[in-house]
Amino acid sequence: MSESGTSGAEPGDFVIRGAEASDIAAITQLDMRITSLAKPDYWEDMFSRYGDRTNRFFLVAEGAGQTVVGFIIGEIRAWEFGSPPTGWIFALAVDPAVRLRKVGSRLFEAITARLAENGADTVRTMLARDDRLNMAFFRSQGMMGGPFIQLEMPLPSHHDSDEDRGG
Amino acid sequence: MRLQQATRCALFAVFELARHPERQISAADIAEKYGLSVNHLAKVLRALTRAGLIDGTRGAGGGYRFLGNAKRITLFDVIEIFEDVAAPAHARSEAGAESDIGRALARVLAEIDDTSVATLKSITLTTFLKLAQRQD
Repeated sequence: MSESGTSGAEPGDFVIRGAEASDIAAITQLDMRITSLAKPDYWEDMFSRYGDRTNRFFLVAEGAGQTVVGFIIGEIRAWEFGSPPTGWIFALAVDPAVRLRKVGSRLFEAITARLAENGADTVRTMLARDDRLNMAFFRSQGMMGGPFIQLEMPLPSHHDSDEDRGG
Repeated sequence: MRLQQATRCALFAVFELARHPERQISAADIAEKYGLSVNHLAKVLRALTRAGLIDGTRGAGGGYRFLGNAKRITLFDVIEIFEDVAAPAHARSEAGAESDIGRALARVLAEIDDTSVATLKSITLTTFLKLAQRQD
């Protein structure tokens, strides 16, 4: 999903708009081409929770022939461990066939404008350390490491817990 | 994280050349602008030339020119020419390395190393130059 590199392609031959229920099949297909995982139920659920909601934004980039060539999802979250209202971006995908045409940049600009209009003064995201493509993209937009650190640990399996209780 | 002197020199040179890719710039001009030793910089420029990042021309009007793709080359690509940033900061041969404390210490240090490497690999020269512009 990087916007890096040179391109002779013309930016602007697509429009950014709010996602509609009829986009879900195309979004599922686009995500499957990028991640090799089909998640139709997940994208249906994402649309029901983020499509056309206050402080939640699900935008698509529509190219020629009304094809969905990219999408971005975000929301405003507040007071998680003391963090004031902040824009969060947690999904972004661009059709590899139209990379380097500024689709990602336009989606990013559109969602950050909506986040700002709705009271956020910071935008945040979380990425895998080895996701160089998206990391380089977000950094190219001006994002830097922030004051929060992601922590995690494996949880004991439910099966193990049952054994512990029984033992 | 501290960078060696040669690495810092290389980064100043690469960024100065990459922000003016159409120009040839002399080692003396780069050294003067950033307060670097010309002799030290000359060695660094030779290493960057060998790595294919820059090209040098001798004689009057000569100088160095950036050759790479600034939208693709990252901070890590430049730094790793001069130091092994991806190598773990701890070694199994160090005293206590095989103890529980040594292994736990290795995990914490590896977390720091991994974050540093991921950061350096995600910042292209173009992105960095935009960041530098915002510092003015």
